[in-house]
Amino acid sequence: MTEKPTMIAFQDVQKYYGDYHALRGITATIRAGEFFSLLGPSGCGKTTLLRTIAGFEGISSGAVMIDGRNMEGVPANQRPTNMVFQSYAIFPHLSVGENVGFGLRRAGLSKAEMASRVGEALDMVGLKDYGDRAAHALSGGQRQRVALARALILKPKVLLLDEPLSALDKKMREQMQVELIRLQRQVGITFILVTHDQEEALVMSDRIAVMFEGEIAQLADPESLYRRPNSRKVANFIGTMNFLPAHILGESGGQIEVEAKGFGNLTLAAEQAPGAASGEGASVGFRPETLTILFEGQVASDREAMAVIEEVVYFGDMTYYDVKLDGSDAPVRISMRNVFGRPVLDIGMRTRVAWSPGALVLFR
Amino acid sequence: MKGGWFKVYAIVYLVFLYAPIILLPMFAFNDATIISFPLTGFSTRWFEEMLDKPALSLAVKNSLFIAVTSSILATTLGVFAARASTRYRFPMKAGLMGLIMLPLVLPEIIVAVSLLVVLLGLGVSLSLWTVILGHVLICTPFCIAILSSAFQSLDQSLEEAAYDLGESAASTFRLIILPLVMPGIISSLLISFTISLDEFIIAFFLAGTEPTLPVYIFSQFRFPQAVPVIMALGTVLVCLSIVLLTIAEYFRRRGIAKAGGKDTGGFL
Repeated sequence: MTEKPTMIAFQDVQKYYGDYHALRGITATIRAGEFFSLLGPSGCGKTTLLRTIAGFEGISSGAVMIDGRNMEGVPANQRPTNMVFQSYAIFPHLSVGENVGFGLRRAGLSKAEMASRVGEALDMVGLKDYGDRAAHALSGGQRQRVALARALILKPKVLLLDEPLSALDKKMREQMQVELIRLQRQVGITFILVTHDQEEALVMSDRIAVMFEGEIAQLADPESLYRRPNSRKVANFIGTMNFLPAHILGESGGQIEVEAKGFGNLTLAAEQAPGAASGEGASVGFRPETLTILFEGQVASDREAMAVIEEVVYFGDMTYYDVKLDGSDAPVRISMRNVFGRPVLDIGMRTRVAWSPGALVLFR
Repeated sequence: MKGGWFKVYAIVYLVFLYAPIILLPMFAFNDATIISFPLTGFSTRWFEEMLDKPALSLAVKNSLFIAVTSSILATTLGVFAARASTRYRFPMKAGLMGLIMLPLVLPEIIVAVSLLVVLLGLGVSLSLWTVILGHVLICTPFCIAILSSAFQSLDQSLEEAAYDLGESAASTFRLIILPLVMPGIISSLLISFTISLDEFIIAFFLAGTEPTLPVYIFSQFRFPQAVPVIMALGTVLVCLSIVLLTIAEYFRRRGIAKAGGKDTGGFL
């Protein structure tokens, strides 16, 4: 796959609200046609960053480029971006059709052209015959679709989505996630999504920027982000990660010698330590599903350790075990798929655990 | 009997409040010059007499001119203030808004006397326009109170959405904000019209030689034979006020429902 051209470039973007430093030197690029997510806890600056693209927020220094053009001094109504707001911002005094066609008012289209464009847009979001309905009579999911159709009708270069799914219930949200992905593939427009929901970001995005306190902590595709988080903070924000204290023995030729509690001495590849030193002391991290509890007589494909089961949480399809590896003080969580014919283990049992050095991440 | 005394209290309270107003139409339709019981018979002659008094129709014309002009001016000022107070942050906002709302609680006689002193000091001659000035002053706080509630229930992202879709700040105001706060504006116009129409003290001090309707009514009480006509006039005014207030409240509520907000106050 060839590298797609850059659509948006942030160059050392700084933003102050009085004394408050909201964006601290954001430098990143978003590619054309990408589904990009800004993920982080509330107050991390993700919405502010999105609004600097839309033009609703000015920046204190740096540059925001859209399609190679510096957006400094370009007001929101002249930028090639459109936005889906968190509250959807459906105009309550207009019909669904008038809402969707609002952006075309200035295009100088004939009535027939306008009606056909509005019809197309409504069709695209699955609201084909809703044009004449009153906007305030719509359900949450329908408002969401109207907001999408209204933002896409101008065929923007970039569609900005500010937590668009947070007001929907779980089922509706999952349905809309799939629809958004489908829609993005269909129109091929760059989508930038702001969300605090890590699962949503992992499901929908081509790439994710994880933000904390006005900075991008890590920018990567979902799989790298999940498998190789570059800091304990990112690891904790995305999914669950176990940590065991470790001691770095030496580094040579792209190999790192580590002694980890419960795992003993191991050799890790340099790419397994993606983060910079944090000064908190070293540890190795691993996801609950990378460890396996072994059956009686089952042979480990890689390495093996002994452990005691301290807690069992049964989820139907999965069981979570908190186990203490021999030689370590803190329990770690292992998630096991419940396979037919295999008993769920009890608290206090000793068991063998299979693990693989390749699944570990080193934080230092 | 639980709550019995409350019932009695409520009834006494309502009688006290409305008995004088009910007396108005009773004597307005009574066929006698003297205001006393027993009633002597039904007549509409006071209403007829009311219609051919040139001084009265002049006073009505003055009052209508003042009320229409002041309500438009006060509502315009109210739109600016309500928009500023709900949409923008600026230093000393709370203090400034407090100062603007102050005439709501200032005794009108104080406002009237101090305005008179200032106007005379400046050498401004008294006219209908000086009354309008005073009425704008006392109506604006009411307008701001009504309009703030209309502007507050407006989601700010509606504006951003229109702007985002290519409209300018001015056309966004015209296409989105104005239609959504229009019920509030109508309600504000009607309330300030009503306040101005029956305002007496300021009109009395600042009207110069051209009386407004309340001032005319007051002057007529010197002549006993004019009193039944005043009763007839009063009847018409009470009906008009009730109609206007009801329309105002209807529009205020419709506005809040339209913008999808929750009702948080109002006058009725």
